[in-house]
Amino acid sequence: MVQKVYDSAGAALDGMVRDGMTIVAGGFGLCGIPETLIDALVRSGVRDLTIVSNNAGVDDFGLGRLLRTRQVRKMISSYVGENREFERQYLAGDLEIEFSPQGTLAERMRAGGAGIPAFFTRTGVGTQIAIGKPTADFDGDLYVMERGIVADLAIVKAWKADPYGNLVYRKSARNFNPMAATCGRVTIAEVEQLVDPGAIDPDHVHTPGVFVQRLIRATCNEKRIEQRTTRSAHAA
Amino acid sequence: MSWTRDQMAARAAQELRDGYYVNLGIGIPTLVANHVAPDIDITLQSENGILGLGAFPTEAEVDPDIINAGKQTVTELDRTSYVSSADSFGMIRGGHIQLSVLGAMEVAENGDLANWMVPGKMVKGPGGAMDLVAGVRRIIVLMDHLDKAGSPKFRRACTLPLTGTNVVDMVITNLAVFERPDRASPFRLIERAPGVTLDRVRDATEAHFEVSPA
Repeated sequence: MVQKVYDSAGAALDGMVRDGMTIVAGGFGLCGIPETLIDALVRSGVRDLTIVSNNAGVDDFGLGRLLRTRQVRKMISSYVGENREFERQYLAGDLEIEFSPQGTLAERMRAGGAGIPAFFTRTGVGTQIAIGKPTADFDGDLYVMERGIVADLAIVKAWKADPYGNLVYRKSARNFNPMAATCGRVTIAEVEQLVDPGAIDPDHVHTPGVFVQRLIRATCNEKRIEQRTTRSAHAA
Repeated sequence: MSWTRDQMAARAAQELRDGYYVNLGIGIPTLVANHVAPDIDITLQSENGILGLGAFPTEAEVDPDIINAGKQTVTELDRTSYVSSADSFGMIRGGHIQLSVLGAMEVAENGDLANWMVPGKMVKGPGGAMDLVAGVRRIIVLMDHLDKAGSPKFRRACTLPLTGTNVVDMVITNLAVFERPDRASPFRLIERAPGVTLDRVRDATEAHFEVSPA
Protein backbone atom coordinates (compact mmCIF):
# COMPACT_ATOMS: atom_id res chain seq x y z
CA MET A 1 0.00 0.00 0.00
CA VAL A 2 1.25 3.49 -0.80
CA GLN A 3 1.89 5.20 2.50
CA LYS A 4 -0.41 8.23 2.68
CA VAL A 5 -0.33 8.70 6.43
CA TYR A 6 2.24 11.19 7.73
CA ASP A 7 3.31 11.69 11.33
CA SER A 8 2.68 15.41 11.48
CA ALA A 9 1.35 18.37 9.53
CA GLY A 10 4.90 19.60 9.06
CA ALA A 11 5.96 16.27 7.58
CA ALA A 12 2.93 16.20 5.26
CA LEU A 13 3.71 19.71 4.00
CA ASP A 14 7.40 18.94 3.47
CA GLY A 15 8.32 19.65 -0.16
CA MET A 16 4.78 20.79 -0.92
CA VAL A 17 5.00 24.53 -0.24
CA ARG A 18 6.64 27.33 -2.19
CA ASP A 19 6.22 31.09 -2.22
CA GLY A 20 3.55 32.38 -4.61
CA MET A 21 1.59 29.13 -4.73
CA THR A 22 -2.20 28.77 -4.77
CA ILE A 23 -3.81 26.85 -1.92
CA VAL A 24 -7.49 25.89 -1.71
CA ALA A 25 -8.88 25.31 1.78
CA GLY A 26 -12.12 23.63 2.82
CA GLY A 27 -14.41 25.01 5.49
CA PHE A 28 -17.27 27.46 5.96
CA GLY A 29 -16.72 30.16 8.54
CA LEU A 30 -14.73 28.34 11.23
CA CYS A 31 -16.64 25.08 10.63
CA GLY A 32 -14.76 22.20 9.02
CA ILE A 33 -11.54 24.17 8.52
CA PRO A 34 -8.16 22.39 8.44
CA GLU A 35 -6.93 23.96 11.69
CA THR A 36 -3.82 21.78 12.03
CA LEU A 37 -2.58 22.36 8.49
CA ILE A 38 -3.23 26.12 8.65
CA ASP A 39 -1.04 26.33 11.76
CA ALA A 40 1.65 24.30 9.98
CA LEU A 41 1.50 26.68 7.00
CA VAL A 42 2.04 29.59 9.40
CA ARG A 43 5.10 27.82 10.81
CA SER A 44 6.42 26.98 7.31
CA GLY A 45 6.88 30.69 6.62
CA VAL A 46 5.64 30.31 3.02
CA ARG A 47 4.70 33.71 1.55
CA ASP A 48 2.76 35.47 -1.23
CA LEU A 49 0.03 32.87 -1.12
CA THR A 50 -3.19 32.95 -3.09
CA ILE A 51 -5.81 31.32 -0.86
CA VAL A 52 -9.08 30.02 -2.24
CA SER A 53 -11.58 29.64 0.59
CA ASN A 54 -15.18 30.69 1.15
CA ASN A 55 -14.16 32.83 4.15
CA ALA A 56 -10.96 34.25 5.61
CA GLY A 57 -11.29 33.08 9.21
CA VAL A 58 -11.35 35.53 12.12
CA ASP A 59 -8.48 37.69 13.37
CA ASP A 60 -6.76 35.11 15.54
CA PHE A 61 -8.13 31.81 14.22
CA GLY A 62 -8.34 29.84 11.01
CA LEU A 63 -7.00 31.54 7.89
CA GLY A 64 -6.86 34.78 9.90
CA ARG A 65 -3.62 33.46 11.38
CA LEU A 66 -2.01 33.36 7.92
CA LEU A 67 -3.28 36.89 7.26
CA ARG A 68 -1.88 38.18 10.53
CA THR A 69 1.60 36.97 9.58
CA ARG A 70 1.15 38.61 6.14
CA GLN A 71 1.73 35.36 4.27
CA VAL A 72 -1.29 35.90 1.99
CA ARG A 73 -1.19 38.12 -1.10
CA LYS A 74 -4.64 37.34 -2.50
CA MET A 75 -7.90 35.78 -1.32
CA ILE A 76 -10.57 34.25 -3.56
CA SER A 77 -13.65 34.15 -1.33
CA SER A 78 -17.37 34.83 -1.21
CA TYR A 79 -17.47 36.61 2.16
CA VAL A 80 -14.72 38.05 4.35
CA GLY A 81 -16.77 40.14 6.78
CA GLU A 82 -15.61 38.59 10.06
CA ASN A 83 -11.98 39.65 9.85
CA ARG A 84 -10.59 43.06 10.93
CA GLU A 85 -7.02 42.17 9.97
CA PHE A 86 -8.27 41.44 6.46
CA GLU A 87 -9.89 44.88 6.37
CA ARG A 88 -6.72 46.66 7.51
CA GLN A 89 -4.51 44.95 4.92
CA TYR A 90 -7.07 45.35 2.14
CA LEU A 91 -7.57 49.07 2.77
CA ALA A 92 -3.77 49.51 2.93
CA GLY A 93 -3.49 47.89 -0.51
CA ASP A 94 -1.43 44.97 0.82
CA LEU A 95 -4.02 42.31 0.11
CA GLU A 96 -5.99 41.54 -3.03
CA ILE A 97 -9.51 40.10 -3.03
CA GLU A 98 -11.40 38.33 -5.79
CA PHE A 99 -15.04 37.87 -4.81
CA SER A 100 -16.74 34.79 -6.11
CA PRO A 101 -20.40 34.18 -5.21
CA GLN A 102 -20.64 31.27 -2.79
CA GLY A 103 -22.32 28.80 -5.13
CA THR A 104 -20.12 29.87 -8.01
CA LEU A 105 -17.05 29.32 -5.84
CA ALA A 106 -18.21 25.83 -4.86
CA GLU A 107 -18.87 25.00 -8.51
CA ARG A 108 -15.53 26.46 -9.61
CA MET A 109 -13.79 24.03 -7.25
CA ARG A 110 -15.98 21.13 -8.36
CA ALA A 111 -15.41 21.95 -12.04
CA GLY A 112 -11.66 22.34 -11.64
CA GLY A 113 -11.44 18.98 -9.91
CA ALA A 114 -13.58 17.34 -12.60
CA GLY A 115 -11.51 18.62 -15.52
CA ILE A 116 -14.01 21.28 -16.57
CA PRO A 117 -12.16 24.55 -17.36
CA ALA A 118 -15.26 26.77 -17.36
CA PHE A 119 -19.03 26.74 -17.00
CA PHE A 120 -21.98 29.10 -17.41
CA THR A 121 -24.23 30.29 -14.58
CA ARG A 122 -26.99 32.88 -14.15
CA THR A 123 -25.44 33.91 -10.82
CA GLY A 124 -24.01 37.42 -11.01
CA VAL A 125 -25.32 38.33 -14.47
CA GLY A 126 -25.70 42.11 -14.66
CA THR A 127 -23.57 42.69 -11.53
CA GLN A 128 -19.95 43.69 -10.88
CA ILE A 129 -19.08 40.00 -10.60
CA ALA A 130 -19.70 39.54 -14.34
CA ILE A 131 -17.54 42.46 -15.51
CA GLY A 132 -14.96 41.30 -18.03
CA LYS A 133 -16.36 37.78 -18.23
CA PRO A 134 -17.90 36.28 -21.40
CA THR A 135 -21.69 35.89 -21.43
CA ALA A 136 -23.93 33.71 -23.55
CA ASP A 137 -27.64 33.31 -24.15
CA PHE A 138 -29.11 29.87 -23.52
CA ASP A 139 -32.82 29.38 -24.19
CA GLY A 140 -33.50 33.09 -23.79
CA ASP A 141 -31.62 33.64 -20.51
CA LEU A 142 -28.24 35.30 -20.13
CA TYR A 143 -25.45 33.39 -18.40
CA VAL A 144 -21.92 34.36 -17.38
CA MET A 145 -18.87 32.16 -17.84
CA GLU A 146 -16.92 31.27 -14.72
CA ARG A 147 -13.60 29.41 -14.60
CA GLY A 148 -12.88 26.14 -12.85
CA ILE A 149 -10.19 26.30 -10.17
CA VAL A 150 -7.19 24.00 -9.92
CA ALA A 151 -4.87 24.79 -7.01
CA ASP A 152 -1.28 23.74 -6.34
CA LEU A 153 -2.36 22.36 -2.99
CA ALA A 154 -5.66 21.54 -1.30
CA ILE A 155 -6.02 21.30 2.48
CA VAL A 156 -9.19 19.78 3.90
CA LYS A 157 -10.65 18.63 7.21
CA ALA A 158 -12.53 15.35 7.56
CA TRP A 159 -14.04 13.42 10.44
CA LYS A 160 -12.78 9.96 9.53
CA ALA A 161 -10.31 8.53 7.09
CA ASP A 162 -8.90 5.09 6.40
CA PRO A 163 -5.25 4.66 5.33
CA TYR A 164 -6.32 4.64 1.67
CA GLY A 165 -7.48 8.25 2.01
CA ASN A 166 -11.20 7.55 1.85
CA LEU A 167 -12.83 10.42 3.75
CA VAL A 168 -16.05 10.90 5.69
CA TYR A 169 -17.12 14.38 6.80
CA ARG A 170 -19.37 15.16 9.75
CA LYS A 171 -22.62 17.15 9.48
CA SER A 172 -22.29 20.71 8.15
CA ALA A 173 -18.50 20.54 8.52
CA ARG A 174 -18.65 18.91 5.06
CA ASN A 175 -19.39 22.24 3.27
CA PHE A 176 -16.57 23.07 0.82
CA ASN A 177 -14.27 20.19 1.80
CA PRO A 178 -15.37 17.61 -0.82
CA MET A 179 -14.86 20.01 -3.75
CA ALA A 180 -11.63 21.42 -2.32
CA ALA A 181 -10.28 17.87 -2.03
CA THR A 182 -10.80 17.31 -5.76
CA CYS A 183 -9.22 20.50 -7.08
CA GLY A 184 -5.73 20.35 -5.60
CA ARG A 185 -2.85 18.99 -7.67
CA VAL A 186 -1.89 17.59 -4.28
CA THR A 187 -4.47 17.19 -1.52
CA ILE A 188 -3.62 16.85 2.15
CA ALA A 189 -6.40 15.85 4.55
CA GLU A 190 -6.34 16.21 8.32
CA VAL A 191 -8.76 13.93 10.09
CA GLU A 192 -10.21 13.62 13.56
CA GLN A 193 -10.12 9.83 13.44
CA LEU A 194 -7.88 7.52 11.44
CA VAL A 195 -9.63 4.15 11.22
CA ASP A 196 -8.58 0.72 10.02
CA PRO A 197 -8.97 -0.39 6.39
CA GLY A 198 -12.52 -1.62 5.91
CA ALA A 199 -13.90 0.30 8.87
CA ILE A 200 -15.65 2.78 6.61
CA ASP A 201 -18.65 1.34 4.76
CA PRO A 202 -17.83 1.84 1.03
CA ASP A 203 -21.36 3.23 0.60
CA HIS A 204 -20.57 5.95 3.13
CA VAL A 205 -17.36 7.35 1.64
CA HIS A 206 -17.78 11.05 0.79
CA THR A 207 -14.37 11.62 -0.83
CA PRO A 208 -12.72 8.56 -2.41
CA GLY A 209 -9.01 8.05 -1.74
CA VAL A 210 -8.00 8.86 -5.32
CA PHE A 211 -8.32 12.54 -4.44
CA VAL A 212 -6.16 12.39 -1.30
CA GLN A 213 -2.37 12.08 -1.50
CA ARG A 214 -1.40 12.72 2.11
CA LEU A 215 -3.16 12.26 5.47
CA ILE A 216 -2.51 13.34 9.03
CA ARG A 217 -4.28 12.97 12.33
CA ALA A 218 -5.55 16.44 13.24
CA THR A 219 -3.92 17.74 16.41
CA CYS A 220 -6.00 20.96 16.46
CA ASN A 221 -9.72 20.27 16.81
CA GLU A 222 -10.74 23.40 18.65
CA LYS A 223 -13.81 23.91 16.40
CA ARG A 224 -14.33 27.45 17.58
CA ILE A 225 -17.95 28.64 17.32
CA GLU A 226 -18.57 32.04 15.71
CA GLN A 227 -22.20 32.54 16.78
CA ARG A 228 -23.15 30.47 19.78
CA THR A 229 -26.94 30.68 19.67
CA THR A 230 -28.99 28.63 22.11
CA ARG A 231 -32.51 28.33 23.41
CA SER A 232 -33.58 27.69 26.97
CA ALA A 233 -33.90 24.02 27.84
CA HIS A 234 -37.14 24.86 29.65
CA ALA A 235 -38.85 26.64 26.74
CA ALA A 236 -41.44 24.78 24.69
CA MET B 1 -48.34 53.11 12.95
CA SER B 2 -46.15 50.61 11.20
CA TRP B 3 -45.38 46.92 11.39
CA THR B 4 -42.73 45.60 13.79
CA ARG B 5 -40.02 43.26 12.56
CA ASP B 6 -41.97 40.30 13.91
CA GLN B 7 -45.13 41.47 12.16
CA MET B 8 -43.17 41.83 8.90
CA ALA B 9 -41.83 38.31 9.34
CA ALA B 10 -45.34 37.03 10.09
CA ARG B 11 -46.59 38.65 6.87
CA ALA B 12 -43.84 36.92 4.90
CA ALA B 13 -44.79 33.62 6.57
CA GLN B 14 -48.25 33.94 4.97
CA GLU B 15 -46.54 33.34 1.60
CA LEU B 16 -45.36 29.86 2.65
CA ARG B 17 -47.18 26.88 1.16
CA ASP B 18 -47.34 23.31 2.39
CA GLY B 19 -44.36 21.31 1.17
CA TYR B 20 -42.17 24.28 0.27
CA TYR B 21 -38.40 24.14 0.50
CA VAL B 22 -37.35 27.58 1.75
CA ASN B 23 -34.13 29.51 2.27
CA LEU B 24 -34.25 32.32 4.84
CA GLY B 25 -31.60 35.05 4.83
CA ILE B 26 -29.79 36.46 7.85
CA GLY B 27 -31.54 39.06 10.04
CA ILE B 28 -35.29 39.74 9.93
CA PRO B 29 -35.87 36.93 7.38
CA THR B 30 -34.70 34.39 9.99
CA LEU B 31 -37.72 35.41 12.12
CA VAL B 32 -40.08 34.05 9.45
CA ALA B 33 -39.43 30.55 10.84
CA ASN B 34 -41.17 31.58 14.09
CA HIS B 35 -44.44 32.35 12.29
CA VAL B 36 -45.12 29.25 10.19
CA ALA B 37 -48.81 28.30 10.41
CA PRO B 38 -49.43 25.00 12.24
CA ASP B 39 -51.05 23.38 9.19
CA ILE B 40 -48.09 24.23 6.93
CA ASP B 41 -45.08 21.92 6.70
CA ILE B 42 -41.96 23.48 5.22
CA THR B 43 -38.31 22.43 5.02
CA LEU B 44 -35.65 25.08 5.62
CA GLN B 45 -32.46 24.98 3.60
CA SER B 46 -29.17 26.49 4.73
CA GLU B 47 -26.84 27.10 1.82
CA ASN B 48 -23.66 25.94 3.53
CA GLY B 49 -25.10 22.43 3.27
CA ILE B 50 -28.11 21.60 5.44
CA LEU B 51 -31.52 20.61 4.12
CA GLY B 52 -33.92 20.42 7.06
CA LEU B 53 -32.77 23.03 9.55
CA GLY B 54 -33.80 22.65 13.19
CA ALA B 55 -34.13 25.20 16.00
CA PHE B 56 -31.28 26.67 18.02
CA PRO B 57 -29.80 24.04 20.38
CA THR B 58 -30.04 23.96 24.13
CA GLU B 59 -26.69 24.56 25.80
CA ALA B 60 -26.27 20.78 26.10
CA GLU B 61 -27.06 20.20 22.43
CA VAL B 62 -24.53 22.67 20.98
CA ASP B 63 -22.47 20.97 18.25
CA PRO B 64 -19.82 23.08 16.47
CA ASP B 65 -20.24 20.89 13.36
CA ILE B 66 -23.89 22.00 12.98
CA ILE B 67 -24.11 25.66 11.95
CA ASN B 68 -26.38 27.58 9.60
CA ALA B 69 -25.40 30.07 6.90
CA GLY B 70 -25.23 32.81 9.54
CA LYS B 71 -22.62 30.68 11.38
CA GLN B 72 -25.10 30.22 14.24
CA THR B 73 -25.32 26.91 16.06
CA VAL B 74 -28.48 25.00 15.07
CA THR B 75 -29.89 21.48 15.37
CA GLU B 76 -30.93 18.73 12.99
CA LEU B 77 -34.36 17.14 12.49
CA ASP B 78 -35.55 13.67 11.56
CA ARG B 79 -35.73 14.83 7.93
CA THR B 80 -32.29 16.47 7.81
CA SER B 81 -29.70 15.73 5.17
CA TYR B 82 -26.21 17.17 4.98
CA VAL B 83 -24.75 17.96 1.59
CA SER B 84 -21.66 19.64 0.18
CA SER B 85 -21.87 23.33 -0.65
CA ALA B 86 -21.77 22.39 -4.35
CA ASP B 87 -24.83 20.16 -3.96
CA SER B 88 -26.52 22.79 -1.80
CA PHE B 89 -26.11 25.45 -4.47
CA GLY B 90 -27.18 22.89 -7.03
CA MET B 91 -30.54 22.87 -5.20
CA ILE B 92 -30.58 26.67 -5.33
CA ARG B 93 -29.26 27.26 -8.84
CA GLY B 94 -31.25 24.36 -10.23
CA GLY B 95 -34.56 25.90 -9.15
CA HIS B 96 -35.40 23.25 -6.54
CA ILE B 97 -35.96 25.78 -3.73
CA GLN B 98 -39.40 27.38 -4.01
CA LEU B 99 -38.92 30.51 -1.96
CA SER B 100 -36.21 32.69 -0.48
CA VAL B 101 -36.72 35.61 1.91
CA LEU B 102 -33.87 38.12 1.95
CA GLY B 103 -32.99 41.52 3.35
CA ALA B 104 -32.10 44.44 1.07
CA MET B 105 -30.43 47.82 1.02
CA GLU B 106 -32.36 48.83 -2.12
CA VAL B 107 -34.97 47.38 -4.44
CA ALA B 108 -35.78 48.98 -7.82
CA GLU B 109 -39.18 49.15 -9.50
CA ASN B 110 -37.88 46.74 -12.18
CA GLY B 111 -37.05 44.12 -9.52
CA ASP B 112 -33.33 44.80 -9.29
CA LEU B 113 -31.88 44.08 -5.85
CA ALA B 114 -28.86 45.58 -4.06
CA ASN B 115 -27.87 44.04 -0.74
CA TRP B 116 -24.16 43.26 -0.70
CA MET B 117 -21.98 46.31 -1.05
CA VAL B 118 -21.71 50.01 -0.18
CA PRO B 119 -18.87 51.61 -2.18
CA GLY B 120 -16.41 53.44 0.02
CA LYS B 121 -17.17 51.21 2.96
CA MET B 122 -15.42 47.93 3.68
CA VAL B 123 -16.56 45.33 1.21
CA LYS B 124 -17.52 42.07 2.87
CA GLY B 125 -18.60 40.11 -0.20
CA PRO B 126 -21.85 38.71 -1.59
CA GLY B 127 -21.78 35.33 0.18
CA GLY B 128 -24.61 33.27 -1.32
CA ALA B 129 -27.01 36.13 -2.06
CA MET B 130 -26.26 36.37 -5.78
CA ASP B 131 -26.76 32.61 -6.20
CA LEU B 132 -30.03 32.69 -4.25
CA VAL B 133 -31.63 35.49 -6.27
CA ALA B 134 -30.45 33.94 -9.54
CA GLY B 135 -31.72 30.46 -8.75
CA VAL B 136 -34.64 30.42 -6.30
CA ARG B 137 -38.02 30.55 -8.01
CA ARG B 138 -39.62 33.27 -5.87
CA ILE B 139 -37.80 36.06 -4.01
CA ILE B 140 -39.40 38.05 -1.17
CA VAL B 141 -37.54 41.05 0.24
CA LEU B 142 -38.09 42.06 3.88
CA MET B 143 -36.73 45.53 4.61
CA ASP B 144 -37.42 48.82 6.38
CA HIS B 145 -39.24 51.23 4.09
CA LEU B 146 -36.68 54.00 4.69
CA ASP B 147 -32.95 53.79 5.29
CA LYS B 148 -31.28 55.24 8.38
CA ALA B 149 -30.98 58.64 6.66
CA GLY B 150 -34.71 58.61 5.93
CA SER B 151 -34.38 57.94 2.20
CA PRO B 152 -36.67 55.51 0.35
CA LYS B 153 -35.21 52.05 -0.20
CA PHE B 154 -37.78 51.08 -2.87
CA ARG B 155 -36.50 53.20 -5.75
CA ARG B 156 -36.79 53.99 -9.45
CA ALA B 157 -33.33 52.42 -9.88
CA CYS B 158 -30.78 51.02 -7.46
CA THR B 159 -27.85 53.34 -6.71
CA LEU B 160 -25.78 50.60 -5.03
CA PRO B 161 -24.00 47.72 -6.81
CA LEU B 162 -26.52 45.05 -7.77
CA THR B 163 -26.95 41.58 -6.34
CA GLY B 164 -29.21 40.57 -9.23
CA THR B 165 -31.29 42.11 -12.01
CA ASN B 166 -35.07 41.72 -12.15
CA VAL B 167 -35.18 39.13 -9.37
CA VAL B 168 -37.62 40.45 -6.72
CA ASP B 169 -41.25 39.25 -6.68
CA MET B 170 -42.53 40.78 -3.44
CA VAL B 171 -41.42 43.56 -1.09
CA ILE B 172 -42.58 43.62 2.52
CA THR B 173 -41.65 46.72 4.52
CA ASN B 174 -42.71 48.12 7.89
CA LEU B 175 -45.31 50.22 6.01
CA ALA B 176 -46.65 48.15 3.14
CA VAL B 177 -46.59 45.09 0.88
CA PHE B 178 -45.87 45.28 -2.86
CA GLU B 179 -46.22 42.35 -5.22
CA ARG B 180 -46.15 41.59 -8.92
CA PRO B 181 -47.64 38.54 -10.65
CA ASP B 182 -44.62 38.00 -12.91
CA ARG B 183 -41.29 39.62 -13.65
CA ALA B 184 -42.62 41.53 -16.68
CA SER B 185 -45.25 43.34 -14.61
CA PRO B 186 -44.98 46.43 -12.42
CA PHE B 187 -45.22 46.18 -8.63
CA ARG B 188 -48.61 46.74 -7.08
CA LEU B 189 -49.33 47.96 -3.55
CA ILE B 190 -51.54 45.24 -2.05
CA GLU B 191 -51.50 45.99 1.71
CA ARG B 192 -50.72 48.81 4.10
CA ALA B 193 -49.86 48.53 7.81
CA PRO B 194 -52.71 49.61 10.11
CA GLY B 195 -53.06 53.39 10.11
CA VAL B 196 -50.64 53.92 7.21
CA THR B 197 -52.28 56.03 4.52
CA LEU B 198 -51.73 55.68 0.79
CA ASP B 199 -50.25 59.20 0.80
CA ARG B 200 -47.72 58.20 3.42
CA VAL B 201 -46.67 55.19 1.33
CA ARG B 202 -46.36 57.40 -1.76
CA ASP B 203 -44.28 59.97 0.13
CA ALA B 204 -41.92 57.27 1.41
CA THR B 205 -41.53 55.45 -1.93
CA GLU B 206 -39.51 56.54 -4.94
CA ALA B 207 -40.44 53.54 -7.10
CA HIS B 208 -43.44 53.67 -9.38
CA PHE B 209 -46.13 51.23 -8.25
CA GLU B 210 -49.73 50.49 -9.05
CA VAL B 211 -52.39 50.42 -6.37
CA SER B 212 -54.68 47.49 -5.82
CA PRO B 213 -58.38 48.45 -5.67
CA ALA B 214 -59.22 48.82 -2.01
